[in-house]
Amino acid sequence: MKEIAIVGYQQSDAVSDAGACNEVELIIPVISKVYDQVGIKNAQDVDFVCSGSCDYLQGAAFAFVMGVDALGAVPPIKESHVEMDAAWALYESMLKIRMGHADSALIYGFGKSSPGELPIVLSQQLDPYYLAPQWVDTISLAAMQARLMLDKGLISEQDMAEVVSRSRRNALNNPHAQLAGDVSVQDVLAQETYVSPLRKADICPVSDGASAMVICTVEKAKEWGLPYAVISGIDHCIETHNPGMRDLTDSVSTRKAAENAGVHNGAVDVAELYAPFSHQEIILARALGLGDATSVNPSGGVLAGNLMMASGLSRIGEVFNRIVSGEAQRGVAHATSGPCLQHNLVTVIEQAKEAA
Amino acid sequence: MANLAAVVGTGQTSYTTKRGDVSIAGLVREAAVNALNDAELTWDDIDAVIVGKAPDMFEGVIMPEIYLTDALGCNGKPMLRVHTAGSVGGSTALVAASHVQSGTFKRVLTVAFEKQSESNAMWALSNPQPFSTHLNAGAGGYFAPIIREYMRRSEAPYDVGIKVAVKDRLHGARNPLAHLQKPDITMKEVEESFMLWDPIRFLESCPSSDGACAMVIANEELAEQAPRPPAWIRGVAMRSEPTMYAGREEVNPQAGRDCAADVYKQAGIKDPRKDLDVAEVYVPFSWYEPMWLENLGFAPEGEGWKLTMEGATSLDEGGDIPWNPSGGVLSSNPIGASGMIRFAEAARQVRGDAGDHQVEGAKLALGHAYGGGAQFFAMWVVGSEKG
Repeated sequence: MKEIAIVGYQQSDAVSDAGACNEVELIIPVISKVYDQVGIKNAQDVDFVCSGSCDYLQGAAFAFVMGVDALGAVPPIKESHVEMDAAWALYESMLKIRMGHADSALIYGFGKSSPGELPIVLSQQLDPYYLAPQWVDTISLAAMQARLMLDKGLISEQDMAEVVSRSRRNALNNPHAQLAGDVSVQDVLAQETYVSPLRKADICPVSDGASAMVICTVEKAKEWGLPYAVISGIDHCIETHNPGMRDLTDSVSTRKAAENAGVHNGAVDVAELYAPFSHQEIILARALGLGDATSVNPSGGVLAGNLMMASGLSRIGEVFNRIVSGEAQRGVAHATSGPCLQHNLVTVIEQAKEAA
Repeated sequence: MANLAAVVGTGQTSYTTKRGDVSIAGLVREAAVNALNDAELTWDDIDAVIVGKAPDMFEGVIMPEIYLTDALGCNGKPMLRVHTAGSVGGSTALVAASHVQSGTFKRVLTVAFEKQSESNAMWALSNPQPFSTHLNAGAGGYFAPIIREYMRRSEAPYDVGIKVAVKDRLHGARNPLAHLQKPDITMKEVEESFMLWDPIRFLESCPSSDGACAMVIANEELAEQAPRPPAWIRGVAMRSEPTMYAGREEVNPQAGRDCAADVYKQAGIKDPRKDLDVAEVYVPFSWYEPMWLENLGFAPEGEGWKLTMEGATSLDEGGDIPWNPSGGVLSSNPIGASGMIRFAEAARQVRGDAGDHQVEGAKLALGHAYGGGAQFFAMWVVGSEKG
């Protein structure tokens, strides 16, 4: 199977309110930057384009259609869209390259969550007959999951606060972060609970923004003369939707995807996990079998800024950045979708062989 | 070079205004089970599931595939959700095919659906946006001026659309799954139906349907062992262009022409009218048949309507290139599934599985879907032979 490389990645700042910016205006700056990084002019210079977004964030049917206006799709381009995080747009693009219909692809994800009440909006993602009519928001569902873990003694509130403290401190080095600061475990524990047992700090913020990536065959990366990292494994897996039917304290689908993606075939220097709630980072790290040798969420993760529909792609981009900078040789990126980590995608990214 | 892949099973629900007897999950499961039965397979034989549908606002469920996991036997498997406007049913089939053509999976299930009765598509398409002009026109209002421009340029007689409306309903009467069953429809009846968006009359428009369509796509080795004839995927293509730009050719969009040229090249098709035996093409408003006959190269520009009027696209008139023998979108329109129905019906034709609407001896068929402001295109060519 063809080796596929990441050659460019850019993310906007995660901001709490992008103001009057529309989606096209969110996308254009990041794709312009990624074109510059790769040395191409526009979407005409890649063989395939795929994006991820969600109509309900914009409150419009076919919200992604206007996104095409950001691409310069004249003459027409080969283009597709997933109503999922853009990490799955990357997955679709990889299939396109593997089947020989493209050598390169532009992937982007975008979301402007600020105009709505995101946790309530996402409650309409639940089973429309039995769950959605209860309007259980994402925070309440995650709180139940955290409560289960605390009651079973699988985590402590201290453990959760440690995740938050590390995220805020790591985010000090991330210029795109929305929340960063020298926050101690005691500072977190001193906060009152918001939806018990979660404190506001345990919950990712609502952010507006976009991210973009260019991938290609290794041959193409060499032709372009660009530093690159190789995607050595990728897999995803979904579980039952009924929260009562699965063990919410574990992530079986992450474990399975990790095995298929080959996470355990080498040391993991860095891991970027899409954990919108502090306790979920612990579930994921355990499911991925990560130990002390792995730096988890050095960007601060999504607790420092959560670009809905782009955060999964951003996790992959953050690992890519650390590999091409030489900071890490091999890393794992994770993306999630659905309530309480229902659907999970795991990517393994490695240093190019020439660089090793 | 892509790996060979083939359709080894298709399944559909019947199409109707309101399927009150099933939930959304029940609807998609019905189509999926029909496809598995056709392929003589079980849920365990499926490696991944690829789901497509038009905007989530049509049912009011955000990313409904998340809730459909259980109904589609997807626990512990990869699931992908495609959304590319009206072309989505076709794009979903192409993304499903890429799972196999890339060598990543051996056998996948793909399902597309719409349960339009859960909501109101006209509303969902027309809610005002803070940064855009509010059209409040629905799809018919959007396409009517483009059709008028086609009529002006081609000098086609006024009743071409009426003829298509009759032809596709007569085809639909041969298909027990079709939503509209009008075996006695006449030109006069269509002409006298009320004008919705001039020049589109009520009976020149597609219905609003509930329904789902599914296919099982397998790799070469498994397709060769399939109990029923496979439909080999001979070409796949998609193209997009922006909704509006200076100089955009809206009547005969370049994205459609490029997409057709790409898929024909892969399938070795030089003269589509001669080389193809049948086509299932997305015609939601009658006049789009002559327009797409030209866009897809079945007729020179300005002359597509002549094929329609000569009966070339009619099964009942013994035409040489039947279009939409299933009755097409004009007979059934569960929006998100409509593209996949075209792709699945093309596969049924080359598998010799199309019942009373079978084109005799069909060996090579085109499946076509378009969406947005006629700016997103998805096409495949399937054949009874590997090629």
